[in-house]
Amino acid sequence: MPEIMYREALNQALAEEMERDRRVFLIGEEVGKYQGAFKVSQGLLDRFGSARVVDAPISELGFTGLGIGAAMIGLRPVVEMMTWNFAILAMDQIVNNAAKLRHMSGGQLRCPIVFRGPGGAGGRLSSQHSQALESNYTNFPGLKVIAPATPADAKGMLKSAIRDENPVVMFEGERLYALKGEVPEGEHLVPLGKADVKREGKDVTFITWSRMYYFCEQAAQELQKEGISAEILDLRTLRPLDEEAIVASVKKTNRAVVVEEGWPHSGVGAQVVDVIQSRAFDWLDAPVLRVTGLDVNMSYAANLENATQPDAEKIKAAAKKVLYVEKQ
Amino acid sequence: MATAIQMPALSPTMKEGKITRWLKKEGDKISSGEAIAECETDKSNLEIEAYEDGYLLAVTVKEGESAPVGAPIGFIGQKGEKVDVKAAAPAPAPAPAPAPEAPRPAPAAQVVPIRPAAAASPPPPPPPPSPAPSGRVFASPLARKMAHDQGLDLAVLQGSGPAGRIVKRDVEAALSKGPAPRAPVPAPVAGRRQPEVLPLSTMRKVIAQRMAEVKPGVPHFYLTIEVEMDEALKIREEAKALESKVSVNDIVIKAAAVALRRSPKMNRTFQGDHVLQHQNVDVGMAVAVEDGLITPVILDADQKTLGQISAEARELAERARRRALKPQEYSGGTIAVSNLGMYGIDSFVAVINPPHASILAVGTVAERAVVRSGQLSVRKMMSVTLSGDHRVIDGALGAEYLRELKALLEHPMRLLF
Repeated sequence: MPEIMYREALNQALAEEMERDRRVFLIGEEVGKYQGAFKVSQGLLDRFGSARVVDAPISELGFTGLGIGAAMIGLRPVVEMMTWNFAILAMDQIVNNAAKLRHMSGGQLRCPIVFRGPGGAGGRLSSQHSQALESNYTNFPGLKVIAPATPADAKGMLKSAIRDENPVVMFEGERLYALKGEVPEGEHLVPLGKADVKREGKDVTFITWSRMYYFCEQAAQELQKEGISAEILDLRTLRPLDEEAIVASVKKTNRAVVVEEGWPHSGVGAQVVDVIQSRAFDWLDAPVLRVTGLDVNMSYAANLENATQPDAEKIKAAAKKVLYVEKQ
Repeated sequence: MATAIQMPALSPTMKEGKITRWLKKEGDKISSGEAIAECETDKSNLEIEAYEDGYLLAVTVKEGESAPVGAPIGFIGQKGEKVDVKAAAPAPAPAPAPAPEAPRPAPAAQVVPIRPAAAASPPPPPPPPSPAPSGRVFASPLARKMAHDQGLDLAVLQGSGPAGRIVKRDVEAALSKGPAPRAPVPAPVAGRRQPEVLPLSTMRKVIAQRMAEVKPGVPHFYLTIEVEMDEALKIREEAKALESKVSVNDIVIKAAAVALRRSPKMNRTFQGDHVLQHQNVDVGMAVAVEDGLITPVILDADQKTLGQISAEARELAERARRRALKPQEYSGGTIAVSNLGMYGIDSFVAVINPPHASILAVGTVAERAVVRSGQLSVRKMMSVTLSGDHRVIDGALGAEYLRELKALLEHPMRLLF
């Protein structure tokens, strides 16, 4: 299987879906002539032309609304946000139109659309450009929210999202774009709403998604040397949650640490903990712990930026706590 | 500013105290050194004193309720001051008393301060992590489920998690040690009285906790007594005359039952966070079967005649050997009789069969030289050793029971009264 970068996997997904379905088009800032701010749309303008790869002005609310309108009349738009930080401006369209049209029209209107772009801390971009905002969107019925960690999942889930009949909000990792991984060529679909056990273990489950998966993997490898076997459940889809997978893994390991890049308050991790306590209570041998970004705005200074984010050390410490191997 | 009145440590081993009486009521003026409440500890009843002047603003632990050492029992402050009792969250479990750094020579004479908080006594050994002072057993949900599924009594386990929390590995360790202390399976029998649930007194709770720390599982203690059986054996002769067959064991069962009826405190079983006071006297009898042992129970043995007990015992033993007993026939009871006399065993100690609280190990009846009124004489002697569950029975109670049993066996006429 060829090893390609996360951004290349997304590019494959877009090209394949645009090839397969003439209704699919891409709109966003710098997606055409500039080939994408993160080069995800490299080559697509040449291949599909300016009617299907549309450079939009800096007007997130406007082109998001345009995309939703196009979806309502039968096209299948992919709206690229340069980053999700900028898409806060477009939230009214996503929340009040995309998420609600089907319900409010009694099913007469549909909104098959994908909003995608990078989220999470970029690296010394300070607080306005270093936000993991996915928890916000998981709050709304009517939206699906996905956040793949690997190139293969990125490709397979973007393809599934484009084919989905409902609006899908996709969080890519700003720091994952250059990451390489094996990706199946051609048709490769990863179903939405299905978590993936990325590592089998028996002592504790790390429940995570997107870039945090890699910190969990590092922590798991280091814990392995100490004789602790950690399982990693990559949620991949944050709404709807794969509750069955969460419950199954916790029943197996009896302990869980939920790791997310975003802030702790009302984070997706809190929802995961709720699933565990309500559906796997009798299988818990320890309180479920969360490792999250600190409850502060991101600093520009590199040392503070690092201290604010989760890392393998913090995850290891939490694992040892739920395993009762370290002083509380 | 209102301050909390904390439950003081009135003895070195005290983990919690029960307010038996408030001597002051809300709104009363109190001055430092004044007794404000009476408190029952693991050792005794003592008064709690105020450490400052002010007004008793609120009482948070009512009469009859308990609180761990260090937890607020009320609030003291300025007259009319409002205190938000709810916001004043219960104090966390107190840190264990610090261990003495090194054994110190005891002072020749100790001045006992008036304040009981400083009651003079040797410093206690560092308390091991133990169940929370409230008496509640802290266990992870999984540990609870495992214990429930396996019929294991969590109260007898020592938790290795934070603050003594019982976690999976503790239950696994207990299960790997062999047969678990089984939770009771009360067999409903029509027309019989349900046992009464007795809450644990503070002292009983502490005894149970400490005994189980020292001897995990069912903490046994043993008492042995010699019984003169000459009179009891005459019953057998009488029975023969009536063409009935009564064994020594039948007589012991009958006497054990009657003695139990007369010592109701022996007729209790320990249930973790409470004690069951049984209303019926049901006596188990250990029956050796091929490759094992089973303890069928003679219900209401105190109410039955020797003839009935004898017939029932024979019938139960016979079916036990055929493995034809129904589960309700070998569950329940509070005491069992184990007899190895027929093998010539002089005396032995037996292991309690949970949920029973005691067992009698009965040795052989043999002629012995004994001294009676300064004269050497020959009597038929039998030794009985009682094993007691120290969580629910104490030595003196067991000794009283054995004295009664001995009196009944030596003067079997008393079995008729």
